[in-house]
Amino acid sequence: MQQLFAQILPSLKEAGWTILFVVLAIIVIEVVAYVLLAKVLKSPHALPLMLLAPAAAGIVALIIYPLIWELNLSFTNMSLRHFGDKAEYTWVVCQGVDPSTIGNWITDCLIKNYADVFRLPVLKQVNFFPVFFRTALWTFANVSLHVTGGMALALLLNRPLRGRGIYRALLILPWAIPQIIAVLAWRGEFHYEYGYINILLTRFGLSAVEWKSSPVWNFVAMIITNVWLGIPFMMVVILGGLQSISQEFYEAAEMDGATPYQQFREITLPLIRPVLAPAIVLGTIWTFNNFNVPYFINQNELETSDILVTALFRAAFEYNRYGFSAAFAFVIFVVLLLYSVAFIRFTGGLEEIR
Amino acid sequence: MADVAKVPGPTPVSNRPIQASRLRRFFRAGRGDSQFKRLIIHLVLIGCCVVTVYPLLRVLSVSLRPGDRLLSTSLAIIPPDATLQNYIDLITKQDFLLWLWNALVITVATSIIGVILASIGAYAFSRWRFPGRNGGLIFLLATQMIPASMLMVPIYILAVQFDLIATYRGLIVAYAVTAIPFSIWVLKGYYDTIPPDLEEAALIDGASQMGAFYRVILPLSTPSLAIVFLFNFTAAWNDYLFARVILANAEPIWTWALGLRTLQDQFRTLWGQFSAGSILVTIPVVILFLYSSKYLISGLTIGAVKG
Repeated sequence: MQQLFAQILPSLKEAGWTILFVVLAIIVIEVVAYVLLAKVLKSPHALPLMLLAPAAAGIVALIIYPLIWELNLSFTNMSLRHFGDKAEYTWVVCQGVDPSTIGNWITDCLIKNYADVFRLPVLKQVNFFPVFFRTALWTFANVSLHVTGGMALALLLNRPLRGRGIYRALLILPWAIPQIIAVLAWRGEFHYEYGYINILLTRFGLSAVEWKSSPVWNFVAMIITNVWLGIPFMMVVILGGLQSISQEFYEAAEMDGATPYQQFREITLPLIRPVLAPAIVLGTIWTFNNFNVPYFINQNELETSDILVTALFRAAFEYNRYGFSAAFAFVIFVVLLLYSVAFIRFTGGLEEIR
Repeated sequence: MADVAKVPGPTPVSNRPIQASRLRRFFRAGRGDSQFKRLIIHLVLIGCCVVTVYPLLRVLSVSLRPGDRLLSTSLAIIPPDATLQNYIDLITKQDFLLWLWNALVITVATSIIGVILASIGAYAFSRWRFPGRNGGLIFLLATQMIPASMLMVPIYILAVQFDLIATYRGLIVAYAVTAIPFSIWVLKGYYDTIPPDLEEAALIDGASQMGAFYRVILPLSTPSLAIVFLFNFTAAWNDYLFARVILANAEPIWTWALGLRTLQDQFRTLWGQFSAGSILVTIPVVILFLYSSKYLISGLTIGAVKG
């Protein structure tokens, strides 16, 4: 309590100053950008560019600059031992190593961190590719279950039904509550003795499952949690798509004698595709990048449950290999980028944007 | 007969087997189902709701248990000896109110800054064609692809070097900026639906472009500004990762996520208090979310489909 009262004034002061500072910065950036663009460069696009300048400055400072910085970092030997000032870590990773022991200057010096991602364990034991394939499996299993589950629920909810609003509100709950709370609550429910899943299993005469210590079951536990968390989003998105389809299509199809499956395939799927395709891309990226579920459900820190982003977090913040983890991060980013570009090309997803 | 069949509506077509039409209706959206089918659908939906809600009710159940019965194999939702002791302990023995306060200060400041930045930027994307516009929009989408843990390393090290570790301002600015791309997309989609004639009228009446934006566009966009505010709010309110990296060792400015996390550690599991805290934190967020989810979705799909 006392700490609370001690903290109220300083916190308000700091937050207030931050807002004030940002507003002043916005005004300064706008004016500078306007003068620069309109008076000095005489650009015909001065006004929109000036309006964009503050947001762009923020994004440059907090997203682009850190990324460039990280790219630079990925070529260094920075770790907890070589931290802080530039002098303490070096750009060429092998500096100080006996030159006669260096076999290949490119892979052992220049891109040593990148080469290490593929040839050394990324954590203590696991290598990159097992983690990569686990991540692919994790993403595929989750997204396909999200889409099927969401589709099934949306089709049911799209019918005239009493209490639809209540069902929708209840089914949406996992999305509504803070993810960290949901995940920590689920982690508790995977307790061997007192988690309700094992209680139910033993009541039905089955044997309890070691959700936390068995590698396979821990992975299953992660998927259960994430499917529970992810279905509502897909359900809501698909339901929105379904509700925008005119009934006349189905009536016409029925006249022509189309079977229900044909109607689903030929009418429903194509018409919700503009909504579904971006949702799947987003869902895949979110699942691939999901940190809370794999990190917290894996309470015993099994390396066999880590996916790429949690392995990255551990490499950086538990093993403090900053240079290495920066290289690792870029490898992960490239994987994700390639996937997204391929998916968007394949489905033509970006056509509708703009 | 053929003429009848062309009339839209539920007119039955006589030469069709009844069985097939029932199956058809099951998959088709809309229109009436038979009693039996409705029963089945209700049962399925109730089953799904139970699976969905039960884990949350368990949290409520644990939060109501007295301290000596936290670990129990009972599946009842309201324990027979329910007590609010955990809630009282949480507030008196832990710094729960402080954690809530910190999170509140940070999220409100974040949302204000986020809305200001995004509302101005989105206006440029919505009303002008300029070089780099499409590239910029796609870049904003691409930023959503960056794993949070990828930005953690540089942001942590930069925060150390710029002395922003363990401060409110570091976290506020980090949250506000990372929410900009999504906010801009939502607001741009909304501005696009406002006819430009309105501003032109204002310009003819002698307003400046910024005056027209401030007097005409912003008041008309209040609903979507509220949605962006809410989005920024929930994103910051629910975040754990940034807070953990920037506030790790600064207990006086912990947010609730960091605080509750420590209640559920491997070595010190204060189950009851953790659950009580979860319930208290969740209820306002869920109310906000249920209220705003419709708009959030339409924001998502307006951006994706129409633009």
